[in-house]
Amino acid sequence: MWAFIHKLGSPKWFYAISERLMPWFWVAAVALILIGGVWGLAFAPADYQQGNSFRIIYVHVPAAFLAQSIFVAMAAAGFVFMVWKIKLADMAAAVMAPLGAGMTFVALFSGAVWGVPTWGTWWQWDARLTSMLILFFLYVGVIALRGAFASRDSASRAASVLAMVGVINIPIIKYSVEWWYTLHQPATFSVTSRPAMPMEMWLPLLLMVLGFYSFFIAVTLMRTRSEILRRESSKRWVRELVGEGP
Amino acid sequence: MAFESVSAFLAMGGHAPYVWTAYGATAALLLGVGWHARAERRRVIRELRRRARRERRQVESTRVSTDEGHAR
Amino acid sequence: MPRVGEPEGGVMVAIRATLRRDLVLLLRRRSEVLNPLVFFALVITLFPIGISPDPELLATIAPGLLWVAALLAALLSLDGLFRGDYEDGSLEQLLLSPQPLPALAMAKVAVHWLLTGLPLALMAPVLGIMLALPAGSYLVLALSLALGSASLSLIGAIGAALTVGLSRGGVLLSLLVLPLYIPVLIFGAGAVQAAILGAGVSAHLAILGALLAVAMIFAPWAIAASLRISING
Repeated sequence: MWAFIHKLGSPKWFYAISERLMPWFWVAAVALILIGGVWGLAFAPADYQQGNSFRIIYVHVPAAFLAQSIFVAMAAAGFVFMVWKIKLADMAAAVMAPLGAGMTFVALFSGAVWGVPTWGTWWQWDARLTSMLILFFLYVGVIALRGAFASRDSASRAASVLAMVGVINIPIIKYSVEWWYTLHQPATFSVTSRPAMPMEMWLPLLLMVLGFYSFFIAVTLMRTRSEILRRESSKRWVRELVGEGP
Repeated sequence: MAFESVSAFLAMGGHAPYVWTAYGATAALLLGVGWHARAERRRVIRELRRRARRERRQVESTRVSTDEGHAR
Repeated sequence: MPRVGEPEGGVMVAIRATLRRDLVLLLRRRSEVLNPLVFFALVITLFPIGISPDPELLATIAPGLLWVAALLAALLSLDGLFRGDYEDGSLEQLLLSPQPLPALAMAKVAVHWLLTGLPLALMAPVLGIMLALPAGSYLVLALSLALGSASLSLIGAIGAALTVGLSRGGVLLSLLVLPLYIPVLIFGAGAVQAAILGAGVSAHLAILGALLAVAMIFAPWAIAASLRISING
């Protein structure tokens, strides 16, 4: 177990293994998102209440899922970095933050666009959108804190602590915002949480969610590899690797 | 197929602006992130190569100058 | 095991010493204690001027206004929580002491609450009168603020500890801390709303207490870790 963790923490080993894994995730991401997207846009039946605007669900929900998962993954990486001092975990956390912020933004944007045909307004203080907005601020905080330090080690550790504090708070924020929303607007129309989605609506959503997760893994692997080369640029194996090419 | 024709598909039952804006923004993010990851990788490798070349040249030039010193 | 040349007594003595030192220091610099209170009163003055002096309208928004203004006042005072100690080097002494840092950090946060959160809570009912806050909610307002501001001090201290080493950490500090304040704000303002509506407030206060308990479990460790990062980095 320990040997495995330390092996996994070795940038050189990770660089080699990720080279073999990454293409599979890219292929899965492209295939799943294309199939799910076409299915959701053209073949899934329109919603009896919302008509075709309901198709926004196929980008909104995967983006929202990913936005939350990336924060948890980032905090987990921060924890691994703080406890075992594995630099690789910090590199992964560093490249995850901007992607998570981007996903949160897209979830917010598609939610706002979806709001026009369903609520008749660009923005409603809906529980889901509000907690997404708060999540976006949390991401911005982590990115800003990492950027504020002059030394890389302090920046990494500070960002890790903040990500862990944030991840403890996310469920608290989520539940309190939901409670607040039900208190102020009882029994309004909720866009996504409704009973029994039929199979032909639900399956493309599953494909899209899986595709978005594959995309996240592929991008994280790729950017972590770049980060490894950048931070380990004076190591011998990196020199040999780079020197091989033309 | 949920639509009879291509134009019906593009019109999205009157919800075209919303559906296509949301999908467009998502596609832009995904493509942008993917493109950025690729460009970043290329940039890093290019910089490392340039540095390796520069260091090699430096090593060679110092060797040449010491050789000259011995010749004299 | 006590070594030679170290005072006897252990953690409790260290906590008491930190408490006394911080209290004395802050009470000597009275403006630092008074400024958040003046800020609180000023912000509350701005709203009737900016919105409308209509008592009915003010009464409906008063719980939220009072809570948001108190929260901002508490936030304003956070930057000074560790700044002075960082600049004169006594924070480093605190880190070097053999006593557990989380306990000492808790003592500092307790002083901060005692001289910021508690006065804000005591002052809020007076400002509530000015905003035509309906009768019967004044005690709940003070109680919810007293309870909630303790959580605010604890969470805020994490942000203050993370940014104390940065030369311009003030804006960054509010960016880090404000999203984390939202649950406290929801249940604090909710308690006052519930009191106005005549509903039970014990659930709200219980949740505020639960939030405080969670903050007391996690925050001291996070503050200690953050202080170590800021000092060693």
